[in-house]
Amino acid sequence: MSHRLPQGGRLIDRRKPRTFRFNNRAMRGMKGDTLASALLASDQMLVGRSFKYHRPRGIVASGAEEPNALVNLGTGDRFEPNQRATTTELFDGLVAKSQNHFPSLDFDIGVVNDALSKFLSAGFYYKMFIHPRPFWKHVYEPFIRQSAGLGKAPDAEARDVDTYEHMYAHVDVLVVGGGVAGLQEARAAGEAGKEVLLIEQTAHWGGRAPVDGGSVGGGPVDKWVDETVAALAEMPNVRMRLRMMGAGVYDHSYALGYERVSDHQPGNDAPRHRLWRIRATEIVTATGAIERPLSFAGNDIPGVMLASAVRDYVVNYGVTPGRRVAIATNNDDAYRTALALADAGVGVPVIVDARSEGGPLAEAARDRGIRVEFGMGVGRLLGGKRVTGVGICRMDSDGSALHEIACDAVAMSGGWSPVVHLWSHCGGKLNWNETRAHFAPDPARAPTGADGQAFVRAAGAASGALTLPEILDGAEDWEEAPLSPVWQMPAQAEKALQGKSWLDFQNDVKVSDVRLAAREGYESVEHTKRYTTLGMATDQGKLSNINGLAVLADALHKDIPAVGTTTFRPPYTPISMGAIAGEARGALFQPIRRTPMHDWHDAHGADWEPVGAWRRPYAFVQNGEDVHDAVMREVTNTRQNLGLLDASTLGKLIVKGPDAGRFLDMMYTNMMSTLKPGRCRYGLMCSENGFLIDDGVVARIDDETFLCHTTTGGADRIHGHMEDWLQCEWWDWKVWVVNATEQFAQVGVVGPNARKVLEKLGGMEVSADALPFMAWADGEIGGFRARVYRISFSGELSYEIAVDAGQGQAFWDALMEAGEEFGVMPYGTEALHIMRAEKGFIMIGDETDGTVIPQDLGLNWAISKKKEDYLGKRAQERDHMTDPDRWQLVGLETLDGSVLPDGAYAVEAGWNDNDQRRVQGRVTSTYHSPTLGRGIAMGLVRHGPDRMGEVLDFPVPGGTTVRAKIVDPVFYDREGEKQNV
Amino acid sequence: MLTLKCPCCGVMTDETELHAEGEAHLKRFGPGSSDEDFTGYLFQRENPKGIHFERWRHAYGCGKYFHAARCTVTLEVFGTYPAQTLEPPQEIKDAISAKRPGWSWREMSN
Ligand SMILES: [Zn+2]
Repeated sequence: MSHRLPQGGRLIDRRKPRTFRFNNRAMRGMKGDTLASALLASDQMLVGRSFKYHRPRGIVASGAEEPNALVNLGTGDRFEPNQRATTTELFDGLVAKSQNHFPSLDFDIGVVNDALSKFLSAGFYYKMFIHPRPFWKHVYEPFIRQSAGLGKAPDAEARDVDTYEHMYAHVDVLVVGGGVAGLQEARAAGEAGKEVLLIEQTAHWGGRAPVDGGSVGGGPVDKWVDETVAALAEMPNVRMRLRMMGAGVYDHSYALGYERVSDHQPGNDAPRHRLWRIRATEIVTATGAIERPLSFAGNDIPGVMLASAVRDYVVNYGVTPGRRVAIATNNDDAYRTALALADAGVGVPVIVDARSEGGPLAEAARDRGIRVEFGMGVGRLLGGKRVTGVGICRMDSDGSALHEIACDAVAMSGGWSPVVHLWSHCGGKLNWNETRAHFAPDPARAPTGADGQAFVRAAGAASGALTLPEILDGAEDWEEAPLSPVWQMPAQAEKALQGKSWLDFQNDVKVSDVRLAAREGYESVEHTKRYTTLGMATDQGKLSNINGLAVLADALHKDIPAVGTTTFRPPYTPISMGAIAGEARGALFQPIRRTPMHDWHDAHGADWEPVGAWRRPYAFVQNGEDVHDAVMREVTNTRQNLGLLDASTLGKLIVKGPDAGRFLDMMYTNMMSTLKPGRCRYGLMCSENGFLIDDGVVARIDDETFLCHTTTGGADRIHGHMEDWLQCEWWDWKVWVVNATEQFAQVGVVGPNARKVLEKLGGMEVSADALPFMAWADGEIGGFRARVYRISFSGELSYEIAVDAGQGQAFWDALMEAGEEFGVMPYGTEALHIMRAEKGFIMIGDETDGTVIPQDLGLNWAISKKKEDYLGKRAQERDHMTDPDRWQLVGLETLDGSVLPDGAYAVEAGWNDNDQRRVQGRVTSTYHSPTLGRGIAMGLVRHGPDRMGEVLDFPVPGGTTVRAKIVDPVFYDREGEKQNV
Repeated sequence: MLTLKCPCCGVMTDETELHAEGEAHLKRFGPGSSDEDFTGYLFQRENPKGIHFERWRHAYGCGKYFHAARCTVTLEVFGTYPAQTLEPPQEIKDAISAKRPGWSWREMSN
């Protein structure tokens, strides 16, 4: 059984106990433990179930590469699934639950999948769920949804109570990894006077070296680590961060760091995580190496661990996974584990070494009286929910002849693979090292930056330098004999054993699955990955990928480098969504643009609608009303009395200069250069593709100055559009454009009483003679400096009045007060929409969708025939644009007075090639009109304007059909008598 | 995330400050042009594996459009220059020739 040793544990403080709960059971650990070491100390070997077969799973590793020990961590608003026990620092009150089992971890009915594993082999998703087709919806999909995902999703009502933040750093050198190689690199760069950021994903400096031993300059390596850390801390140009992972390396030497600031002390005032956005001149990846498992039958039984992890638990935490720990290896390094166990008084019944001989480390183990079996392998492991023994056999056999040795844990080592992830993220290439059987960075093919020079350099074990003397000058350590690559143990393992030899522990991919994929024709490692799901679990194959592709290479009779690796993608390990969001949540998710009257609207029942980044009142809801009631009231009151609209959000671009008229002639389909100062003109803007992109009223201020109104959402885009043409095509034209949208508060004063209220406020002449329809004038109203446009988007007598933004609220108040006797009420965007639809005015985004040209909308009157050129003119001459079959704008009136659903299609006889009903038109805008007391709609219909009075069928959800008659799109006051008074 | 030097501000900008604006040095064809010329102007774009000239806008900075000469494979930047020009400056062509002898793009070449 796994347990805490009577002494030892360099990272724990035995005087400081910590209590925690696992699956509702109270347990104890110590300060400095990880959740994994504390579980092992409590003999909790079984920590989860595998994804597909629900096999019992135990802790395999001691760090970020752990595939099995994933837990649901925390409760309520701090609940998070899939947290690695091996990288979770223990704290008092920690609550964890194991995953992927029902009803309990010890008894899981999903294990029936294990018995059916013959039918759940590689590609079963693809083979199984194809037929019969109706089964997909009713059987397969519910089954997959039930079994998908390891951890539990947080409660839908839970809200993350922690805070997160983004940090920015610009440095000369970013060193990722605080092991001996990273420390040495940081020191060299620091001494050279460079700005250095050194980051280490764990809570400790030194990496593996303090566990693995060796000496530097005659002293122990951990002393060198302490001295170097102290020296670095003295350097003002070196920043050091623990608990910060290098998550990814990106183009032009950009990197992301993921700092787990307070995961180990939740609830303190610090943010939980920080996402560091780093731009470094040079990035050094000193990310170490990861030990590979060995593929033998039963290598997934709880109690089987990486040899290095066993060593870590013994040395760092004073914990052993068993009382008798057998060791299986193909290299010398695993003997360090044997020595560490022997030093701690733990029994090592046997070391099974696939090689014919070992080096001095093997000699040392023998000298300690440990039984070493060369040329042997593990044929099959004995046990169910935990290891009970190991059956050993000759390495070159098929594994049928076994010699059994009792043990309660197994430490395995298949050699080491450099962590090349960060090197590879941005294009760094790898070489296959035959001697060490691993991929390592090729310094000649490093990722290159903006200047074409390499910007990533690998150091230490991450570069393939696996031994201390290779990394540190003056270091000494055991000399190691070469390893012997082992991808299947024993070499001729029979089929049944291959079917129990796991490659990917989390996703349940076995040697037999990869071989099956190869037999079925999968040659590309990327395809095999997806077919078998090898390496697709949350650990992204940190342990399984090299073993898997070696098996694939063998099955394909290819060299390993010819098969190649799958793509390494960031992040190195999963990072929290909170860290990605940073501060951008809730009210800070996106800055909201507010008009000067925003707060007044909010206090007067505004039902808010987002329009771009603005918030506009959809309607002002009064007591006892619902939103629909309010909209109807606002339309009726505006048509009968007086309405106020906050139009401040409309874009206002000032276009000025000697060539301004000429420029606007190109921007608009209309002729703008002939507009007289003091007058307004409605204009259409098209893209060079011919499609309508924006519209609005242009006012000519003076000979050289125009004010162009744009749609609310279009101001920034149209400003950019104008700048584009001015800067890149007609840069010799003398025109200047300013976006003055927020300089003005603008109020629509609309309705039969509009003139009365303005006359009451007084200050300037607003009569039909002084200020006729489509004129504008500067002046003063009620003491406010004002620019008054006599324009109408409602069909009523209407003035749009711009005042200085700072005066907007006061002006609004004055209008409300003066308008009381005239029945004034504010109205929102929906009333605006209904009134414009009653008038047949188009709305950008409703009647247009990026495929509509002005000619489709009956707007030929707004397209100048005299101009030689404007943006979109040439495109509008193309075949498709002049096709008489293009759908065109009409009005639609339902026969029963109901409201057509938005976007509904008018069908015609017949079916198209996709077995869909043929269509001949669609609804673009649809409302209930309180003015007409019925549903009205606008739509685009093939040959529509020539088919007045025809009735179309609109099938609607629910299987019924609504019938509507084609009518003129102007439903209200066709002659314009109301607006022109 | 790319970094490009804005030739107007002179600052190194992160890609998040910029807006990509497609291919550089398009020649506009308007009314009276042939269908072929107009279609070429409107739709036909280079899609090189290698040297490319493209438009960017320092959208969250000075607002100016500029051009960049860049390798689409390695993302190496050979220079940026103001948009008010019909072709890249000679020093940028020279910089490309030094590193990618034999390069070509549209009618331009080494
Ligand atoms: Zn700039």
